[in-house]
Amino acid sequence: MAAMFEGYQSGGPAFDEMFDGGALRSPYLRLRESLTSMTTPDLVSRVEALQAGYLDQGVTFDIGGEERAFPLDILPRVIEMDTWSTIETGVQQRVRALEMFLADVYDAGEVFDDGVIPRRVITTSSHYHRASANVRPPNGVRVHVSGIDLIRDNSGEFRVLEDNVRVPSGVSYVMTNRRAISAALPETFAEHRIRPVASYPQRLLAALRAAAPAGVTDPTVVVLTPGVYNGAYFEHALLARTMGVELVEGRDLECRRGRVMMRTTQGLAPVHVIYRRIDDEFLDPVHFRADSVLGCPGMIDAARAGNVTLANAVGNGVADDKLVYTYMPDIIRYYLGEEPVIRNVDTWRCGEPDHLTEVLDRLDELVLKPVDGSGGKGIVIGPRASRSELDELRGKVQEDPRSWIAQPVVQLSTVPTFVDGELGPRHVDLRPFAVNDGTRVWVLPGGLTRVALAKGELIVNSSRGGGSKDTWVLAGPTFEPSEETLADGTVVDESPSETREIPVAVVADPEPGPEAPAAGPAMTTGLSTVFEQSEQQQQARGGARRC
Amino acid sequence: MLSRIAESMFWIGRYVERAEDTARILDVQTQLLLEDATLDEQETCHGLLSIMGIEDPPDSVDLAYVLGSLAYDTTSPTSIATAIGAARESARRARETLSVPLWEVINTTHRDIVSGRFAARRAPHVFQWVRERAALINGTADATMTRDEGWQFLMLGRCVERADMTSRLVATSSLTTATSTQWTSTLRACGAYEAFLRTYRGQETERAAAEFLLLDRLFPRSVVFSLNRAEQCLDNLESSGQRAGFQNDAQRLLGRTRAELEYRSLSDVLADLPAEMERLQRTCALATEAVTRRFFAGAEALAWNGMGA
Repeated sequence: MAAMFEGYQSGGPAFDEMFDGGALRSPYLRLRESLTSMTTPDLVSRVEALQAGYLDQGVTFDIGGEERAFPLDILPRVIEMDTWSTIETGVQQRVRALEMFLADVYDAGEVFDDGVIPRRVITTSSHYHRASANVRPPNGVRVHVSGIDLIRDNSGEFRVLEDNVRVPSGVSYVMTNRRAISAALPETFAEHRIRPVASYPQRLLAALRAAAPAGVTDPTVVVLTPGVYNGAYFEHALLARTMGVELVEGRDLECRRGRVMMRTTQGLAPVHVIYRRIDDEFLDPVHFRADSVLGCPGMIDAARAGNVTLANAVGNGVADDKLVYTYMPDIIRYYLGEEPVIRNVDTWRCGEPDHLTEVLDRLDELVLKPVDGSGGKGIVIGPRASRSELDELRGKVQEDPRSWIAQPVVQLSTVPTFVDGELGPRHVDLRPFAVNDGTRVWVLPGGLTRVALAKGELIVNSSRGGGSKDTWVLAGPTFEPSEETLADGTVVDESPSETREIPVAVVADPEPGPEAPAAGPAMTTGLSTVFEQSEQQQQARGGARRC
Repeated sequence: MLSRIAESMFWIGRYVERAEDTARILDVQTQLLLEDATLDEQETCHGLLSIMGIEDPPDSVDLAYVLGSLAYDTTSPTSIATAIGAARESARRARETLSVPLWEVINTTHRDIVSGRFAARRAPHVFQWVRERAALINGTADATMTRDEGWQFLMLGRCVERADMTSRLVATSSLTTATSTQWTSTLRACGAYEAFLRTYRGQETERAAAEFLLLDRLFPRSVVFSLNRAEQCLDNLESSGQRAGFQNDAQRLLGRTRAELEYRSLSDVLADLPAEMERLQRTCALATEAVTRRFFAGAEALAWNGMGA
């Protein structure tokens, strides 16, 4: 019987999260222990059950109109409590700074006057929307939901790769992955103390309700989706279902006298908070793209008038811009007076002369990215570029240094992954989700681990053949399980899965207990007599025939 | 409840019922063609196709063509495969309002079609499979849904479709020079044969069978029973407390047709059964339009004529 992790080659410069050369790292001690006795065929059958389950439940995402099951690797990624608390603090810090930055950008703009970041960086951003200027959200929150993308560098340190404060997606898979893996590996799951992720919808709903316009005591919250053809439709439906709110499309909404209403069978009903999963540009044809059919005309004016809250706020895109990202450490220091807990990936802004000299020196070993590009457009990877390509790039950078940034080639960390019948190291990233309800930034313990399923591949996007892993944040021995009361009075159980106990009622005197379910005529003893007799009857008859 | 969701619920009810009833009709007809050597296959198939609303079929049709266009062919708008696909698509649009078990039984049923397992099943087993899946879907809905508006719309859709399809089933019985075996198998297809025998004490006549399928107030697949339930659903949805008459067009249409069926003499109705059944189907279509106008009209898109338009 081949042991599970025998022959696993981590190798390479990338940090492997399970093995340090031949030695096992501490978070994975229990995982290996409980999996050693499992054989590959056993694992394969569990993987098959896992995939069939996802198809039956319809856990899918759309690529070009085709529905596919979301690939989920059976082996979880484990993060220890201490590592996690650093991530948690870092993400909270980042979200707080981003909130203050956005509030400043769309108001007085002190951050520009104090010379932390040039005003031009913001005003030239395509995500800067004047429609949001001087709009103060009801509880001051603009980033209700955020996803901060993290990677682990070659020494194992977590670094921020990207901030997502517009419409970050993927949180539904965190919840479905957990359920699927606990069903696929129940023994392993039971041996860990894992912090639960199921309370996310309640947290989100509480934050959305807390963001309701002033004077609304019992707000109507809706989730706004582009429709079934959107890649993340599954997520939109899951969030609406688990929050118990309506999932609306643009055509279900109508604006009347500065208020947003939804069409119901009983006529129009007011809407107070819209958790919108539509990009800014499509929200409102009056202000943005006139040809948009996904949004609802008049929504922005209703939001500006303070009659409806949009979550996340319009215009947040200026904060997760590539160029603004390079200023984030300074932004954190400026607003919070703290050092960043999680560092950025080292980045050079070619617009600054000393940076430019260094970049031009090391052009063949860096990754060059145009600041206004997205989706990998215009990126040049130094080590993989030819002589002439580098020369051409050098010319471009020297000509317009301001529109380029440079980063070292980042190796994402690896985690053992079961692909095509064998275990191998695959590169992963991590997207923790944070919910801001105005009083506190709560970080979902876990987040989405995306994994590139092809060997050596560094791109983890699901549209490029990426999958995901369940992410286990261990509770640790000192973790205090708690029940917490949220802003709107709902109670959230935060105790890790293992410690949840079912209270046992101890009854001293046997009181008349619950009655057994009532029995019908087919179950009564009287019938058995009939049965016996009819049997005897048959035997008798049989005997008679024999005579 | 959102108009769009209500519309989805209504159509889930209709499509699931349509798949089931189409299976029942096909079950009877294939069985008949198999058993009765005197039947002309061409003629029967043509009649069946026209009753199921397929216009302009090719001149020469056989059983394989009928099975394709009414059961297996995912491109044919009248097939079982299409109906299940449409039910699932409606369910996907209303997914956040459906219970998880209900969504999953609809989704797994649809998975069988996508994966080709459905096409691999042969008649008559495939009809049994469709009936069982429909029973599973209806039973899951019954066991897990709260009796709110969504439920009323689901039931309304199911009942309107059932009245429509039972009328088609009755019409197929008069396709050929109706023999009593034909009525027997029609009753069997509804699972009503034993109930019929008990009710009519073994008096097996065409007239009695037609009466049972059209007018019986206790048999859940009869036209009158279905219309009655549909009226009830509409009544629950309106709850206007009105003392006289009905405001809802759909309710008027359905009620009038039901009353006509019940109060006219049976001989009168049976005199030209196919035409009567067609009238009934038209009523169902009109009632659907009225329901759409009354409850779902809000789902119509509002066009913004911006600068680009």
